[in-house]
Amino acid sequence: MAGAKEIRSKIKSVKNTQKITRAMEKVAISKMRRAQVRMTEARPYAEKIRRTIAHLSQANTEITHPFMADRPVKRVGVLVVSTDRGLCGGLNTNLFRQLTRSIREWRDAGVEAEYAVIGNKGLSFFRRVGGKVVAQNSNLGDKPHLDQLLGAIKVLTDAYREGRIDRLYLASTQFINTMTQRPGVRQVLPVQPDAGVQKLADNWDYLYEPSASELLDTVLQRYVESQVYQAVVENVASEQSARMVAMKAATDNAGKIINGLQLAYNKARQASITKELAEIVGGAAAV
Amino acid sequence: MATIEIDIVSAEGQIHHGQASMVFAPAELGEVGISPRHAPLLTRLKPGAVRVKGSDGVEQAFFVGGGILEVQPHLVTVLADTAIRAKDCDEALATEAKRRAEEKLSNAKSDVDLAKAQAELMQAAALAEFLTKIKKSTH
Repeated sequence: MAGAKEIRSKIKSVKNTQKITRAMEKVAISKMRRAQVRMTEARPYAEKIRRTIAHLSQANTEITHPFMADRPVKRVGVLVVSTDRGLCGGLNTNLFRQLTRSIREWRDAGVEAEYAVIGNKGLSFFRRVGGKVVAQNSNLGDKPHLDQLLGAIKVLTDAYREGRIDRLYLASTQFINTMTQRPGVRQVLPVQPDAGVQKLADNWDYLYEPSASELLDTVLQRYVESQVYQAVVENVASEQSARMVAMKAATDNAGKIINGLQLAYNKARQASITKELAEIVGGAAAV
Repeated sequence: MATIEIDIVSAEGQIHHGQASMVFAPAELGEVGISPRHAPLLTRLKPGAVRVKGSDGVEQAFFVGGGILEVQPHLVTVLADTAIRAKDCDEALATEAKRRAEEKLSNAKSDVDLAKAQAELMQAAALAEFLTKIKKSTH
């Protein structure tokens, strides 16, 4: 019976694990719904500011803001948006793989890079592979707020203004749907306006109050912030749905293991009963 | 009657979208009134009320805690701020993020708090004024 007892305790431990993964799945489902709502709420602002930027790029401005001017690339800044916690499938791993590819490309081109990191996982990634981390912010929770991000963003935009970096990238996971999240490294600065915006009249410029340079600065700073905020909110939604999928798979796997173990246990029990019976019958026959 | 499209959005959601015959906004250098076919304008907003006069003459008011106003002849966009903003507050947040990168633990953030409190106070005062105005108009 020793074998049967061992199997029984094993079943119990797998069942406990299954309980945990199932609970995590349920939590992720409800958090995911809320995160998706927040994501759709953040979208109008991002769209409208992108439209304003597109209008701006058509205006005949008297000054060209550095945020809109391309310059030769010697150094780049990357803002990496990762999750704070693990157990969310390959979400962070996929992002870091994508990022590593970009890092290699930059290194081959002789371009240096510096990073601002959001999320604990990104931090431990850079601790492992090395890299110049100039700002970091983690433990934003499920409801990230813009003012939590401002610091990290400002470090990079200031670096861009001072000419320490010539391009600003955003490495983050895009939420496509519950099953699909796509990691990517996208350029934020200099601004690349959308092509698909309504063409306005030729040769016009805004009236600026107070001054053009100050206003462009504000608008473009807000633009970067909204892009990053959108990325962070999407990252939360991606994290929750990836966790939901991963935990569902884990729960299913635990179920399969339990079934296998149950079968082995039943067999062992049956074998021991048969053996006992054979012994009794054998003993009775001997008398 | 000619109308102009109005969008009021903040980072945490769409606040208003519709057609208007006139829009009033608290620009940094004084309140501006915008009718359809206004010249393109770009300006910063102070905390205060954005009033939208619909094509039926009904006026709606929205509180914004500052932001950006973009005007095109056919379109008004209000990009409202939600975060409490102040120039020195951003500055302090930046240094803090830097510091965190260096030492990875933080407790003291008094300089952030001060700047934030000042900006919060300004917004709160504007909000209070906005609310009293609304109260008066309903009485």
